[in-house]
Amino acid sequence: MTEWFQGTLGYGFGWFVATLILILMIALPLMLSVAMIIYADRKIWAAMALRRGPNVVGPFGLLQSFADGLKVYLKETIIPSSANRGLFILAPILTFTVALIGWAVIPFGPKMVLADINVGLLYLLAVSSLSVYGVIIAGWASNSKYPFYSALRAAAQMVSYEVSVGFVLISVILWAGTFNLSGIIEAQRGHIFGFINGFGLNPLLFPMAVIFLISSMAETARAPFDLTEAESELVAGFQTEYSSMSFALFWLGEYGNVLLMCALNATLFWGGWLPPLDWGPLYAVPGIVWLFAKIFGFFFIFSWVKATVPRYRYDQLMRLGWKIFLPISLFWVFLVSGYLMVTRYGAFS
Amino acid sequence: MASVAAGYLPILLFLGVALVLSSVFVFSPMVAARFTGAHKPYADKLSEYECGFPAFEDSRAQFDVRFYLVAILFIIFDLEAAFLFPWAVSLGTIGIAGWAAMMIFLAELTLGFVYAWKKGALEWE
Repeated sequence: MTEWFQGTLGYGFGWFVATLILILMIALPLMLSVAMIIYADRKIWAAMALRRGPNVVGPFGLLQSFADGLKVYLKETIIPSSANRGLFILAPILTFTVALIGWAVIPFGPKMVLADINVGLLYLLAVSSLSVYGVIIAGWASNSKYPFYSALRAAAQMVSYEVSVGFVLISVILWAGTFNLSGIIEAQRGHIFGFINGFGLNPLLFPMAVIFLISSMAETARAPFDLTEAESELVAGFQTEYSSMSFALFWLGEYGNVLLMCALNATLFWGGWLPPLDWGPLYAVPGIVWLFAKIFGFFFIFSWVKATVPRYRYDQLMRLGWKIFLPISLFWVFLVSGYLMVTRYGAFS
Repeated sequence: MASVAAGYLPILLFLGVALVLSSVFVFSPMVAARFTGAHKPYADKLSEYECGFPAFEDSRAQFDVRFYLVAILFIIFDLEAAFLFPWAVSLGTIGIAGWAAMMIFLAELTLGFVYAWKKGALEWE
């Protein structure tokens, strides 16, 4: 497509238009799927509590998220008089922007990636670290107690789990030997016995896959780690003073991050756009379908956990991050690298 | 090298698109509220939320030093991870010496971690 636009519009401008269309082809469906995933989340949650969930707006309540969005859009934007206005407005913009740009490096299929950079995983780690800024700026700029405490908690929680996420990523990079996400997916082709795709079933990497799944829930502050907006303690957390679309952007950004984390779980450990088995006929299904199926599978796990697991206390949360996940993932770096030194790179032989 | 840098151009463009999209989402409801008549600010509405009371004290108050400790520990371990990333991709070429050097480095950091643990830096009672 890029070549066609470059042929008709000239090299530079053609590239610009083609890339812009590609970006919108990622960003707009992403926002649509965030709306639908909020609906799915509420439906799953309701079903597990033997309720019916949203069922009034549209068939089966499918248009519920859009009705909510329209309602929120027409509300007044309240900026508290004691707030730092500039930062107060910046925070939701930053949150949503960061939630969107992570998708630039996710491969949706063979060669279907917007920016095929060689340090894709490092980029994702950097972008996901940035999401803590939106939260802490929101909490600080509100100049109100609940948002402030929530922002402190959120920042400490996110950075705690980011440490073990970093070490988990190193285990994956050690096996794959590359930062490039397409390269990591290719490395998973036929990883187990030559026909099962994905690092996840590798006995050495399975514990890392579990830690990554749990850490991704903590990173995105999903239940059972949703201490940042624990309703019974902190009202609505760092979003307490927000209203209108500024409030909704936090909501959208949070679900965008959840989807990104689901996509990362699928990409790093379960083969991304590869079918589960390295078997010819399965490749007839386009890669993007496999990826979306995996993303939704992980999202179902997120919803399932949200519906069934009680919320952690803050000390339990920090203990899990620092005293359990960090030592395990640190030890696993040693274990995986030592195993690879012996088996793949032929040390001690 | 130009091609490597060019790989980041779509990301820059994506950043621009994302910024524009989210700015539109934040600013257009402000304009819309002026037209629909939803925009009616008054002092009580604009005061900060504190369960119906006027704010008792300034919210720029003291907070627990443990949050600061966590931030410091995070910097140490994130920096460690940053050192590990290039090591992890080049494990095949640096051989046993490179592997052993990094293991010694990891062992030293583990000692620091054990010290922080014993000192109670990780306790939240």
